[in-house]
Amino acid sequence: MRRVEVADLSAWYGPKKVLHEVNVVAEPRKVTAIIGPSGCGKSTLIRCMNRMHEEVRGARVRGKVLFDGMDIYSPDVDPVDVRRRIGMVFQRANPFPTMSVFENAVAGMQLGGRFSRSELKVRAEGALRAAGLWEEVKDGLDEPGARLSGGQQQRLCIARALAVEPEVLLMDEPASALDPASTLRIEELIEELKRSFTVVIVTHNMQQAARISDWTLFMLYGEVVEFGPTSKMFTRPDEKRTEDYITGRFG
Amino acid sequence: MFAGWTGAVALGLVGLLALLLAELIVGGWRTFDRFGLGFFLGRAWNPVRGREAFGALPFIFGTLVTSAVAVALAVPVAVGLALLLNEVRGFVRAPLASFVDVLAAIPSVVYGLWGLFVLKPFLDRHIEPFMTSTIGTVPVAGALFRGNPNGPDLFTAGVILAIMILPIVTAVTREVVAVVPRELREGALALGATRYESIRMAVLPYARSGIVGATMLGLGRALGETIAVSMIVGNVPRIGASLFEPGATIPSWIASSFREATSVGLHRSALMALAVVLVIVAFVLAALSRLLVRRTASLVSGETPGAAETEIPKVTR
Ligand SMILES: Nc1ncnc2c1ncn2[C@@H]1O[C@H](COP(=O)(O)OP(=O)(O)O)[C@@H](O)[C@H]1O
Ligand SMILES: [Mg+2]
Repeated sequence: MRRVEVADLSAWYGPKKVLHEVNVVAEPRKVTAIIGPSGCGKSTLIRCMNRMHEEVRGARVRGKVLFDGMDIYSPDVDPVDVRRRIGMVFQRANPFPTMSVFENAVAGMQLGGRFSRSELKVRAEGALRAAGLWEEVKDGLDEPGARLSGGQQQRLCIARALAVEPEVLLMDEPASALDPASTLRIEELIEELKRSFTVVIVTHNMQQAARISDWTLFMLYGEVVEFGPTSKMFTRPDEKRTEDYITGRFG
Repeated sequence: MFAGWTGAVALGLVGLLALLLAELIVGGWRTFDRFGLGFFLGRAWNPVRGREAFGALPFIFGTLVTSAVAVALAVPVAVGLALLLNEVRGFVRAPLASFVDVLAAIPSVVYGLWGLFVLKPFLDRHIEPFMTSTIGTVPVAGALFRGNPNGPDLFTAGVILAIMILPIVTAVTREVVAVVPRELREGALALGATRYESIRMAVLPYARSGIVGATMLGLGRALGETIAVSMIVGNVPRIGASLFEPGATIPSWIASSFREATSVGLHRSALMALAVVLVIVAFVLAALSRLLVRRTASLVSGETPGAAETEIPKVTR
């Protein structure tokens, strides 16, 4: 199933409440886009979906995030397990600087699991292929991962997330720091990935959301304004504020 | 204007240092002249006129061994402390941090006294015999830990030095750990790393060159520490496998024998020469640490090209 359902979720940084009773569903094999102006809580929301939010000191949440019906915030759930099943790609590519391309790709597999060198190779190749990076790096697997270009680094991070075989992939503005060509590659990649994953993507870029997503969530000031099928959101939204934002008439 | 002043001050300092070194070399010249390379390699130390023999090797040995013990003990503890203080949440942090800071404020003569009357008896009675009967039985390396547990020894001096350099190594390591980018830790955590695994995967590799630097700083301190070591180490010029036997370091030896050194004969000159050797050892280690830090740092700095390449303005709305 791999369905992620956010139910009445609120989030705080210290005393500051930044998400207000958010409800949204990410369907399997679909891309769900989260849009909204800077500071409206997109990153916070997506980070709540694999319990990364609590890594910020003083941060807390209330509400539920149901993953195939199981609340990932229930006390008997280990956040480490959640994050293995719900992978994440960040806005800024963050390959491990001391590791090679290969080591980066299999970094997550080295945690917990015991794999032989040949298994690692197979999985690394699979993940790098899935991330559309294999052809570019296959002759330089032992090069430092940090030597790659920005776009390649971001795809390496996607490969790294894929190698642990997650069920959901969360992406927080994965292309916002990339040039147009690299952005296009990432978008094509997301098209591919949605065949096997539940994908949630935060984006700053309206056209991007319209191009790649099936569902769109529009947020303002930590609240959901509208959530619906992307085609409807971008053509005849229910809310005036959605229309204003999408047509660029908004702050 | 300001640049001119700072430049002048810097030059002055360099000049002062050069002068100091020159004075030492001049003072030690008669010894270097008489014994040549033999001064560095000789093991005898006899200031009696007519039978004079001066060799620095036992002191170089003692200095390196006590410092090595200090670093070997202090660095793992310091790294652990730094990680605990920076990475782990909990109520122990504040008291532990101030405890480590307080260690730095204790005068070294106090360490010496404490080492002599508290630490040494404890190590002699409990720790050293235990080590002899356990790791002391290992072939080859075990020889380090066999010997007479009673009496002053290199090991006890090393332990005191370890405690003395702990604050500085911890402080520097904390600084280094604090600047590890958030994204790296989060990258590891998002892959399903536990806190411990994220430290091993993201924090330590990134901080490695800084930790090497911190280690070298601690080593520098340990090399030059005088009073505390002089009170504990025994001041016996000796070279041997056992850490549980007395020895002497360059500073401890200078401190314990300068009173008898008159300008008659070579004794005073030999102590000056010994000081020159200490400066050389410190310089060599400083240069080595530079190299090490640069080498480990270059592993990390591959970061820049990718990041620099692609900052384009965000297109929004
Ligand atoms: N680490 C943090 N500590 C305190 N406040 C934060 C932190 N991160 C984000 N915020 C605040 O939370 C709100 C939502 O931020 P964020 O989720 O990053 O928004 P977005 O991703 O939509 O730009 C903002 O007001 C921001 O200032
Ligand atoms: Mg954001």
